[in-house]
Amino acid sequence: MQGFLTLFRKELVRFWKVAFQTVAAPVLTALMYQLIFSHVLSRHVEAYPGVSYTAFLIPGLAMMSMAQNAFANSSSSLIQSKITGNIVFLLLPPLTALEFFAAYMLASIVRGMAVGAGVLLVTAWFGLPLPSHPLWVLLFAILGCGVLGTLGVIAGIWAEKFDQLAAFQNFLIMPLTFLSGVFYSINSLPPFWYAVSHANPVFFMIDGFRYGFFGQADVSPWLSLSVVGGSFILLSGLALWLIKSGYKLRH
Amino acid sequence: MGSAIEIKAVSKRYGALQALDDVSITVEPGEFFALLGPNGAGKTTLISAMAGLSRPDSGSIQIMGHDVIRDFRAARMSLGVVPQELVFDPFLSVRETLRFQSGYFGLTRNDDWIDELLSKLGLADKANVNLRALSGGMKRRVMVAQALVHRPPVMVLDEPTAGVDVELRQSLWTFVKELNEAGHTIVLTTHYLEEAEALCNRIAMLKRGKLVALESKDKLLQHGKEREVAFKLNGPLPDTLLPRKVREEDGRIVLKLPDIAQLEQVLAALREAGVAVRELNVIEVDLESVFVNMMHGGQV
Ligand SMILES: Nc1ncnc2c1ncn2[C@@H]1O[C@H](COP(=O)(O)OP(=O)(O)OP(=O)(O)O)[C@@H](O)[C@H]1O
Ligand SMILES: [Mg+2]
Repeated sequence: MQGFLTLFRKELVRFWKVAFQTVAAPVLTALMYQLIFSHVLSRHVEAYPGVSYTAFLIPGLAMMSMAQNAFANSSSSLIQSKITGNIVFLLLPPLTALEFFAAYMLASIVRGMAVGAGVLLVTAWFGLPLPSHPLWVLLFAILGCGVLGTLGVIAGIWAEKFDQLAAFQNFLIMPLTFLSGVFYSINSLPPFWYAVSHANPVFFMIDGFRYGFFGQADVSPWLSLSVVGGSFILLSGLALWLIKSGYKLRH
Repeated sequence: MGSAIEIKAVSKRYGALQALDDVSITVEPGEFFALLGPNGAGKTTLISAMAGLSRPDSGSIQIMGHDVIRDFRAARMSLGVVPQELVFDPFLSVRETLRFQSGYFGLTRNDDWIDELLSKLGLADKANVNLRALSGGMKRRVMVAQALVHRPPVMVLDEPTAGVDVELRQSLWTFVKELNEAGHTIVLTTHYLEEAEALCNRIAMLKRGKLVALESKDKLLQHGKEREVAFKLNGPLPDTLLPRKVREEDGRIVLKLPDIAQLEQVLAALREAGVAVRELNVIEVDLESVFVNMMHGGQV
């Protein structure tokens, strides 16, 4: 338990020491998106009855930033440790696979939540209502970051070089987070893209998160919860198994 | 009490390369043990297997009676390893590094011991310096401290003196000797044979993954019974002794004797030929020559 707490704390210290880059920068990026998209689109679209496009955009942007940063946290920490070789100091102590996994995953959640809170804070004045279901908001925030943090653990263990990790990020994480209904309600999509979006777990994170704010969404929050929760359990199982087997960590 | 380290029939392949080939070694508590062998012999691979950093294909390893795979928590609590590669976390200071390392081993209030380690290793004035800003030798000292945060009964140092200046080598060995005297079992690999000779009581030699010798240092030295004797003569070497000649250096002729007892015969042959001996030196064998001999396929 102490081992887990220590590694968790170290992972927090790691991103907090460079918070300008790991928290402030993504918040600024999200603010840019908010400014540009709401300026371009606000007069054309009303996403849901009574919900302006500018307000609609905020939770999606927040969740997208949370997802990307949760992924970045665990994956970049792991690959840096692997490439510099200091991961050996985590492999020599008696840490269990669960302690190891939980520390990286939970630190990712904290980073994601910090970024999410920052994004909501700076964009709220575009018309974000107080959440109608705060518990759904919290639940989807935690689970969403958890799924991406876990994916980050898997990618960080799998990748041997920075460019492999970059490929993972650019060809999987970016498309998943962008093609997820951040910028639009998927009900407005042609049937093919509608179907594709439904195969994307990030869509359900965003949709569930939005439901928490507006009390309405594209699909039922329970469906979103089961998809996101199911992904979390599945990916966590995979990550734990990789760590336990020593995949790419212990040769 | 059982053995400190028990390595049983460990083999490990990397693709076509047999990195370890049926290696068995037992190290008793309190021993100061050296693991020698040329580059690529498998020393680091064996240490990695002890530490659970790599998984042998067959065989088993116990540290203080704990299997390194089945009972890995207890085994790792008993083992401190200083890795061969110089690695560090560039985000942390020396003290942070040691505090975090203590935490990974489940220790919270470890500052007294950390302070002692810092002062013993000459790092006290660097405690708050970032690892990035330390010299290579200083980083090596931090790695030694990291291996000791949990006061392991067994300590393994993989070439800890590579790239380290004479002064640190001295102080490091004084420190490690102290640990040994306090009851810690020490295993080290080194390419400085005089270190192994000065410090260790037992020596294992690996060559291409195979254990080629495992003996007490004295015994190993005895094996090198062959002696070289340097003569300064006032005449030419008699023909009968020519086959024994190995070289000539600054006016002295060096003869090789399979055993020092044969010196008698050599002297007799010289007397018979009327050649007087003006100077005679027996060249002491050291570990180095035994080592080189063995690695070139010579018999032990
Ligand atoms: N991860 C690995 N993958 C493939 N081959 C490896 C790996 N690790 C070690 N080897 C090979 O195994 C052999 C033994 O290597 P090892 O590092 O154990 O040697 P060593 O005795 O420690 O040498 P040195 O004195 O240079 O440190 C070498 O031929 C090495 O190339
Ligand atoms: Mg080595």
